[in-house]
Amino acid sequence: MKVALHRIAHGRTGDKGDRSNVSLIAYRPELWDVLVAQVTEARVAELFAHRKPTAVKRYLLPKLGAMNFVLDGVLDGGVNGSLNLDTHGKTLAFLLLELPVEIPAALEKYVSHRVDDATTTK
Amino acid sequence: METLHLGCAAGFSGDRTDAAAPVVETLAARGGRSFLLFETLAERTLALAQLARRSNPDAGYEPLLDELLRPVLVRCLVSGIGIVSNFGAANPPGAARRIRALARELGLREPRIAVVHGDDLSGEVHRPLLRSALGSALDGIDVVSANAYLGAEAIAAAIQGGAEIVVCGRVADPSLAVGPALAHFGWRQDDWERLGRATMCGHLLECGAQVTGGYFADPGMKDVPDLHNVGFPIAEMDAEGRCTIGKAERTGGFVTEATLKEQLLYEVHDPAAYLTPDVTADISQAEVRTVGRDCVALEGVRGHARPATLKVNVCYEGGWLAEGEISYAGPGAEARARLAGEVLRKRLPGLDVRVDLIGIVSVFGDDSGRLLERTAAGHASEVRLRVAAKHVDRSSAERLTREVTALYTCGPAGGGGVRTSLRPRLDTLSGFVPREAVPASWEMLS
Repeated sequence: MKVALHRIAHGRTGDKGDRSNVSLIAYRPELWDVLVAQVTEARVAELFAHRKPTAVKRYLLPKLGAMNFVLDGVLDGGVNGSLNLDTHGKTLAFLLLELPVEIPAALEKYVSHRVDDATTTK
Repeated sequence: METLHLGCAAGFSGDRTDAAAPVVETLAARGGRSFLLFETLAERTLALAQLARRSNPDAGYEPLLDELLRPVLVRCLVSGIGIVSNFGAANPPGAARRIRALARELGLREPRIAVVHGDDLSGEVHRPLLRSALGSALDGIDVVSANAYLGAEAIAAAIQGGAEIVVCGRVADPSLAVGPALAHFGWRQDDWERLGRATMCGHLLECGAQVTGGYFADPGMKDVPDLHNVGFPIAEMDAEGRCTIGKAERTGGFVTEATLKEQLLYEVHDPAAYLTPDVTADISQAEVRTVGRDCVALEGVRGHARPATLKVNVCYEGGWLAEGEISYAGPGAEARARLAGEVLRKRLPGLDVRVDLIGIVSVFGDDSGRLLERTAAGHASEVRLRVAAKHVDRSSAERLTREVTALYTCGPAGGGGVRTSLRPRLDTLSGFVPREAVPASWEMLS
């Protein structure tokens, strides 16, 4: 099955200057490998392409079941420079959570079904 | 060595002023050595404080200082709970004098209040140092504020010198927790492992409720109990710098492994090298473990030698920001909103106008509008158009607000609810200076 990341992971955005970091944390340890295999630097760079990142770096924290994406140059200058309503880019974690991932049949039981998530079919 | 209790009662300037009381009640009930931390500075807060001080030499500290302290000052002094904060902003001595006056108003004895100096580099005397850090970027700009991020040493020295309240300007946020830990446990200042652990404890605390269920709720996926009354965090730290995170009694929110993970990575870049003035903290092997209800331990944090430089932020005048909004509703609303955006772009040559359709594309996109361009026109029935532009000249920026207003009679049909604003902007530069060039010091308010 194909689902949005939102169904299997959560995250939070932080900002410093024109650099954004987006954490991605698996709800279940069983789904960690799915994140590592499918939420790659290349896919995240493509997802954020309209913001013209100058670099996208992924750091893995396996003991937390988490990864941290650092995106350079995606905030139009940052909190004091951007014309965005969200000058910090605080909403961006939920852009990442729209990314579709393929869940192997054996792991489908770990996907959250608590909400009817409209983003799953994107 | 006795456990150190650290409660956080504010995570930014503008945080809730009723958060501190339950934290202080809990700290007092637990007993032992404890401190209350208020973190109230962000990247632009200091520049706003400098502007306030320009128009009133007694101002320039946290505007909510009274509201933050009044409910808890008596209890802190009576129970021996120390207070450490950066609410001095651009005028730490002014904040210290205000706290002394507040204590008098409340009929209290005079508290021992220490002021930390050294972060403010806005004076002309510091210009060569800034130039060495920032180079020609400094040419031709009107500096509003310039501050180095100080570490925990002066805070620790002030506490060891008998201060009950320590008022800082710009210090690194985690240093507000590291200072009391250094003073309490008497660690060496190159004890990188313990400093690394204490720094990440401070990092978990520094945003207030962001580790106790605030900024976490996502209904159906992450439900938070009693979010309206979210409690603020309290850490218990041992002599090794290891901590558990809990929260104030009789409050909402919760502390879970998930809330710790989100806050642990907040504003972190390389997890193996989280740089502060005190240490290079390393969470690449960190773990979190539930040890009780609303009680989670942070483990596996390491530390390495501190950076040789200190970060400096300079805020300078950045011209004017103009914004305008107008709503369209009913049949064809989205098409009319898009047309209004086109009209504004054509009417405003020389301005780079950002166009947002609130409810369709307004925050995920960038200023040049690539995301909106590639988003196919739809049929939203309530759309709020929002436009923004910046310019060095006030009159040029103001053209945008006038054109949005003119949409009432000259734009597409049925536009309503125009709001406009015109505000001075601030821009930021960041660089690094040798730490020896920025000596920190402290003095007791006399």
